[in-house]
Amino acid sequence: MTTVDDLAGHFGPYGGRFVPEALIGALEELDAIRIKAQTDPTFLAELAELHRTYTGRPSIITEAKRFAEHAGGARILLKREDLNHTGSHKINNVLGQALLTKRMGKKRIIAETGAGQHGVASATAAALMGLECVVYMGEEDTKRQSLNVARMKLLGAEVVPVMSGSRTLKDAINEAMRDWVTNVETTHYLLGTVAGPHPFPSMVRDFHKIIGEESREQVLALTGRLPDAVLACVGGGSNAIGIFHRFISDPSVRLIGLEAAGDGVETGRHAASISGGSPGVLHGNRTYVLQDANGQTIESHSISAGLDYPGVGPEHAYLHDIGRAEYRGITDAQAMHAFALLSKTEGIIPAIETAHALAGAMQVGNELGKDAIILINLSGRGDKDVQTAAQYFGIPL
Amino acid sequence: MTTPLDDLFVKTRAENRAALIAYIPAGFPSIEGCKKVIQAFVDGGVDAIEIGFPYSDPVMDGPTIQAAADQSLAQGTGAKEVFEALKVATDAGVAAVVMTYWNPIEKYGVEKFAQSISDNGGSGVITPDLTIEESASWKEAVEKIGINPIYVVAPSTTDSRLPQVTSRCSGFVYAASLMGVTGTRTSVSSGAPDLVARIRTTTKLPIAVGLGVSTREQAKGVAGYADGVIVGSAFIKAILDAPDEATGLTAVKELASQLALGVREGR
Repeated sequence: MTTVDDLAGHFGPYGGRFVPEALIGALEELDAIRIKAQTDPTFLAELAELHRTYTGRPSIITEAKRFAEHAGGARILLKREDLNHTGSHKINNVLGQALLTKRMGKKRIIAETGAGQHGVASATAAALMGLECVVYMGEEDTKRQSLNVARMKLLGAEVVPVMSGSRTLKDAINEAMRDWVTNVETTHYLLGTVAGPHPFPSMVRDFHKIIGEESREQVLALTGRLPDAVLACVGGGSNAIGIFHRFISDPSVRLIGLEAAGDGVETGRHAASISGGSPGVLHGNRTYVLQDANGQTIESHSISAGLDYPGVGPEHAYLHDIGRAEYRGITDAQAMHAFALLSKTEGIIPAIETAHALAGAMQVGNELGKDAIILINLSGRGDKDVQTAAQYFGIPL
Repeated sequence: MTTPLDDLFVKTRAENRAALIAYIPAGFPSIEGCKKVIQAFVDGGVDAIEIGFPYSDPVMDGPTIQAAADQSLAQGTGAKEVFEALKVATDAGVAAVVMTYWNPIEKYGVEKFAQSISDNGGSGVITPDLTIEESASWKEAVEKIGINPIYVVAPSTTDSRLPQVTSRCSGFVYAASLMGVTGTRTSVSSGAPDLVARIRTTTKLPIAVGLGVSTREQAKGVAGYADGVIVGSAFIKAILDAPDEATGLTAVKELASQLALGVREGR
């Protein structure tokens, strides 16, 4: 099994394009230019050079031996995307799309952000390449992630707090789509995850699949064999698809996505779209969605702003349905426990998003035992979460 | 077999004028209030009514319709209330359609949705985020039930794509006058006549223009080149700006009658 999308961006019954007609032209232009870029040596060299000299790729692998004692003694290998410039995997996609933006002759990018990581990465790429940048961020999230708001402003971006709906990531995407419909001639929508209308799920995956390509080589070099399981947190699912993709055709490798279960999937206060949602259409694609009987989106809940999204990328929906990947829920409490544990056992403060994957590794490690090798995408660092974590653990600021 | 919407455009073409199409979300300003707005539309001389299915994530809508949708959803509006409002409109003797984002249709059941439109006297459905590429199940349902599928085309729709979209339409073609979201504008985009002219080369269907029309003068201007004039946000604004329901309903009726004059003055 290799790439599973068709030319119209379908993954089985999922994906596709459900957007106002006004955007079709821009989506087709983007699709044509990204397909051309995939085989253009100039583009590939330009992106590789940025990876090497700006992002700091390849990112390293760290073996977490002390943390592993809490994960059934399995070998725990961390793919350190947190060490990338700007502190998360998001930069991989952003640099790729920013280069495409320049190729399209557009001067302005817009982006949505939840935790602020994608917003910061977008603002960074815009600064580097001389593009105007507007970031839409739910008002609720601007409060939870005020440090990242300041970072974006320092980088020269305009941050627009979104006051509609639940005032989180979902509504930031709505507002970015409205901006795009209005300004599509001059503006590229630099979508930050593997959701949205075709070609975004495929394109964003392709910019992140380097994570899995690098780590597959690195794990083979380090251990002499493939990992037994690859784990990543899943909100929209970009870091997960990035590390999963190269392993899809390795049947012995289990792919496990950890969704944000908030207070618990059974409470209804969660962001676990696959574990607790149903197929529907949201933000331009068919996928698993948190929705009510009338097809209205239900607000998601998670301590992690970056996972607080009521949908998921369509490729994950498909990988779930065909049984190639497994998806589990991790509660806020489980994630925060893993957050503290990695900090204290390894000296690495992870993003709260990433902590969901670490909590998953504690479960999976105990299930598989000490002979297992578990690869985890350490997708982001936790500096931005210090305030939230301090509040959670009662540390006075 | 023709729908009331098909019949309406035969009539307005015979009268050499444009049709006035008014939009209101079901359940706005309240479940009962919406029914009174529909009556005010009829009393003011509206030719056809679009009942909006309020949706949690309306990416094609500006702040005015978003506010109306939020207010409606807060009162629990769902498919049942949408079809009730549709029936109020069709019982009042006007052609009526539902405008909805795709997910509520998919959740309700695609064929069942088309059937409920027909059962309540509705003529068709406007689907602003259903692309023709994703419309196979919808095409099958509307053809089986015999209602009008109405797609939106935009100024950015290319000449090569236009006939593909308009050939999927019946009833009318919805021409979005500008690149943007719903809402009142001080002037109707100068791109609208050009878009309508481009659509005419692809279809004999009536063409209705929406986005940004709010005054009699604007309606008159659009009626000069289009078969239908669609007004939404201006009515909602009139209701939101009114101090009480009765004042709002009076304002809606007055605006409708002004617009009804406008669509008769264009040619």
